[in-house]
Amino acid sequence: MSHNKKDEIQVDHNHDGIDRRGFLKCMAWAGTGTFCLIQGGVLKSYSLSRIGELDPAQMKGELSFAQISDSHMGFNKAANPDVVATFKAAIEKINALPHAPEFLLHTGDISHLAKPEEFDTVDQILKSAVTKDVFFVPGEHDFVGDDGKQYLERYGKGSKGSGWYSFDKKGVHFVGLVNVLDLKAGGLGTLGHDQLEWLEDDVKSLSASTPVVVFAHIPLWSIYPDWGWGTEDSAQALAYLKRFGSVTVLNGHIHQTMQKVEGNVTFHTAASTAFPQPQPGKADSPGPMKVPAEQLRNLLGVTDVNFVRGKHAVAIVDSKLSGANEATQQSNY
Amino acid sequence: MDRNRILSNCIAGVCLAGMVFAVAGRNPARANTSSEPAATEVKIDNFTFAPGTITVAKGATVKWTNHDDIPHTVVSDDKSTFKSKALDTDDKFSYTFDKAGTYNYFCSIHPKMTAKVVVTE
Repeated sequence: MSHNKKDEIQVDHNHDGIDRRGFLKCMAWAGTGTFCLIQGGVLKSYSLSRIGELDPAQMKGELSFAQISDSHMGFNKAANPDVVATFKAAIEKINALPHAPEFLLHTGDISHLAKPEEFDTVDQILKSAVTKDVFFVPGEHDFVGDDGKQYLERYGKGSKGSGWYSFDKKGVHFVGLVNVLDLKAGGLGTLGHDQLEWLEDDVKSLSASTPVVVFAHIPLWSIYPDWGWGTEDSAQALAYLKRFGSVTVLNGHIHQTMQKVEGNVTFHTAASTAFPQPQPGKADSPGPMKVPAEQLRNLLGVTDVNFVRGKHAVAIVDSKLSGANEATQQSNY
Repeated sequence: MDRNRILSNCIAGVCLAGMVFAVAGRNPARANTSSEPAATEVKIDNFTFAPGTITVAKGATVKWTNHDDIPHTVVSDDKSTFKSKALDTDDKFSYTFDKAGTYNYFCSIHPKMTAKVVVTE
């Protein structure tokens, strides 16, 4: 997509460098969620911000769901003073899908400071979603102050330990893991012994051809340990999933999309509905990134479509939504 | 008062003087206020505690202020000696150190953020 005059600020009412068009674009970007589709045991994911460009015929499969992440309800700083609006925008995009997804996954940092009113706002907005079934895993912001007590009361029904659980939908096994409890000084995300034991047991009886989708807040692959973007004991968790032909890992936390393929496992991180964070090591710290409207398109230039070929050599194929037949083999890391 | 007690009081006095001198050497601003422990500031900026190591005398109060636009916490490594609530932008947390020693602490939301307070006798 080329930069043209439309991208430039034309009316700057508040003298803040943002015109209405720019703000809407900002919302389109920050409000991004991910639409996931399983076709023939293969998971494809599409950025919701470009879903309108997709042929509805392509969007049918055995199962579809949408991932939203890092709504940080309560955040009100310059990087996004209106996280309510951008979260609503993400839900509206889900509602606009030609086929309603089976359920929604929220991969954590629902709230910014684990305040009751922040969770209330998210719950209220989610009521406007056409899809009523929402599965959550907590982010470290949701566990602030009470080690997750409130989170578990609200979202942890039927879960084990600090909130982990699994469920099956149309032949796909989903596992929600918690890696934000009891973080140690200098450390990364942690799953812990009890949860790992549970995971081993949970997947033991599944046949190797069962597609498995694991979701957790902090990435289960080492993206940038200097900023805490990884999970100390994720290798153990992945070892239990090694025998499966198709494993997809969905994470949040880093407020940007990234993909990686390792053996039969495809890793994805989702964008935040609230604010962007810098690319690993590209800033002094992982603090919220203030993005000029004209840069947003560049930030959108990441993989939108992914195919995971179960049983065979797993590949991510990146197709631009504006040209669905144009597929390229890709491996970012 | 017997001779031994006078001697021990003298030793204690010398020790005390030594301590005040050591503190004054590290923090000249506090040289004349030894009777009243002064607050010592740690800034949280850009996901960093600054200074990373702060040395204070026993009884001093250390005050942290979060200047980031993301919340942080101030939590001792043992998670029990001191533990702030989540500090939003410009929120502060204070703790008075009554015992000498080295106190390692971190941000429990961003555990890569680590620092320490050294408390001298």
